[in-house]
Amino acid sequence: MDTYYKSQHLADFPKISESSPELGKKFFDYYGAVFADGALTAREKSLIALAVAHAVQCPYCIDAYTQDCQQKGADLEQMTEAVHVSVAIRGGSSLVHGLQMREHAKKLGM
Amino acid sequence: MRPATLPIRLEEIAGDLAQDRATPRATQSLQRRAAPLAAPAAQLRLLKAVPLDADFDALAGATLKPAALEIFQVNLGKLCNMTCRHCHVDAGPDRTDAMMDDATVEEVLAAIRRSGARTVDVTGGAPELHPRFRDLVQAAIDAGKHVMDRCNLTVLLLPRNAGLVDWLAERNVEIVASLPHYRRPNTDAQRGDGAFERSVRALRVLNAAGYGKGDPHRRLTLVSNPAGAFLGATQASVEREWREGLMRDFGVSFDRLFVLNNMPIARFLDWLQQSGNLESYLQRLVNAYNPAALDGLMCRNTLSVGWDGRLYDCDFNQMLDLEIDLPPNGRAGGAHVRDFDEAAWQRRRIVTARHCFGCTAGAGSSCGGQTA
Repeated sequence: MDTYYKSQHLADFPKISESSPELGKKFFDYYGAVFADGALTAREKSLIALAVAHAVQCPYCIDAYTQDCQQKGADLEQMTEAVHVSVAIRGGSSLVHGLQMREHAKKLGM
Repeated sequence: MRPATLPIRLEEIAGDLAQDRATPRATQSLQRRAAPLAAPAAQLRLLKAVPLDADFDALAGATLKPAALEIFQVNLGKLCNMTCRHCHVDAGPDRTDAMMDDATVEEVLAAIRRSGARTVDVTGGAPELHPRFRDLVQAAIDAGKHVMDRCNLTVLLLPRNAGLVDWLAERNVEIVASLPHYRRPNTDAQRGDGAFERSVRALRVLNAAGYGKGDPHRRLTLVSNPAGAFLGATQASVEREWREGLMRDFGVSFDRLFVLNNMPIARFLDWLQQSGNLESYLQRLVNAYNPAALDGLMCRNTLSVGWDGRLYDCDFNQMLDLEIDLPPNGRAGGAHVRDFDEAAWQRRRIVTARHCFGCTAGAGSSCGGQTA
């Protein structure tokens, strides 16, 4: 394998079922159901997926959900705000651990 | 630039548009740019040259049959105050070369009167810029037809159209208004900077005249096209968001939302080619082919009349010069509105080509919105 990420992987994603059809079917059925209109709209779910894609830094997901968000009628401002939600949670998650640091520091320090 | 034979009122209107600095414009017409794709034959050639492993006729030909005539669609011509990037007509303020003349207007009115269609759908260009627009609307109303005006919104703000909204409201004309998105960025990207602000102003004028408030006689339908190389959102899924967004941000309301796909023809085709999206977009349309969308396609129940009186199965075929295919026993020259014969029209073969994948992708796409 000369590179780890190939854009063709995204189109080939269903092939993952070939070696385990039953689990593959369960996963893709579940996946489809998750993203259908429900208590949240399909568009709201797509924006959440876009934010999570950036949190997990998955290039496949970023490609897929950029297009999906556009197709569901989100504009670039809305999509950028979704990415900032991801950034805020990631940054906030680091920062809130600073309280652990402070506790350790207070215990050890004078 | 203007042809010497231009009727005086059209000449005045074109002059006004040339002076108009208030209407935003995103680009210029392909014709104005002397772009090769201004020619329909060049568009068909380009579409045909894309490597695609799919044949529309083989997929849909057996299913796609004429239905009863419901909609008589008249394209009054290509003159428009705007120049949106995705325009399938290649309309613009310079397009005085393709406007319906008086004799053809009379032939159209005669055909409307003898047709069984319930709805007359008036389009362009910006049909409101045609000197005979009000005559045509009034005659269709007098013939007992429901009239739809396919409106770009900003045209309603031109000084020459002062009072037009009230005039249309008094006649219960449905306004079918194009608005790419309920927020500014995608709307301005497609129609030019400032287009969204002027569209909202026009929507306020319509609301003030009673449009968009649930009154079936003042129906305001919004039509959204994607601002890019992707399919339209699901109509039912996004309508609530549009409704809430437009009301919350601008205090504006509407009655229903149509979401259309962009057809890979004219200026959108040019944009696809320039932006490197042509092959992937066509493949996307083919991958999203949905046979359930066929039944509701407009080509089954719509007669499309061009500015020169020639007949087509839809406005897109019209722009590609793909004329109606009447049975062989149809009269010579039967593809002109003056000879329109509804019985022969019923026996036609619907003309298709690769661009038709635009109407069958995803939830389907027609003048009446999504079809599946």
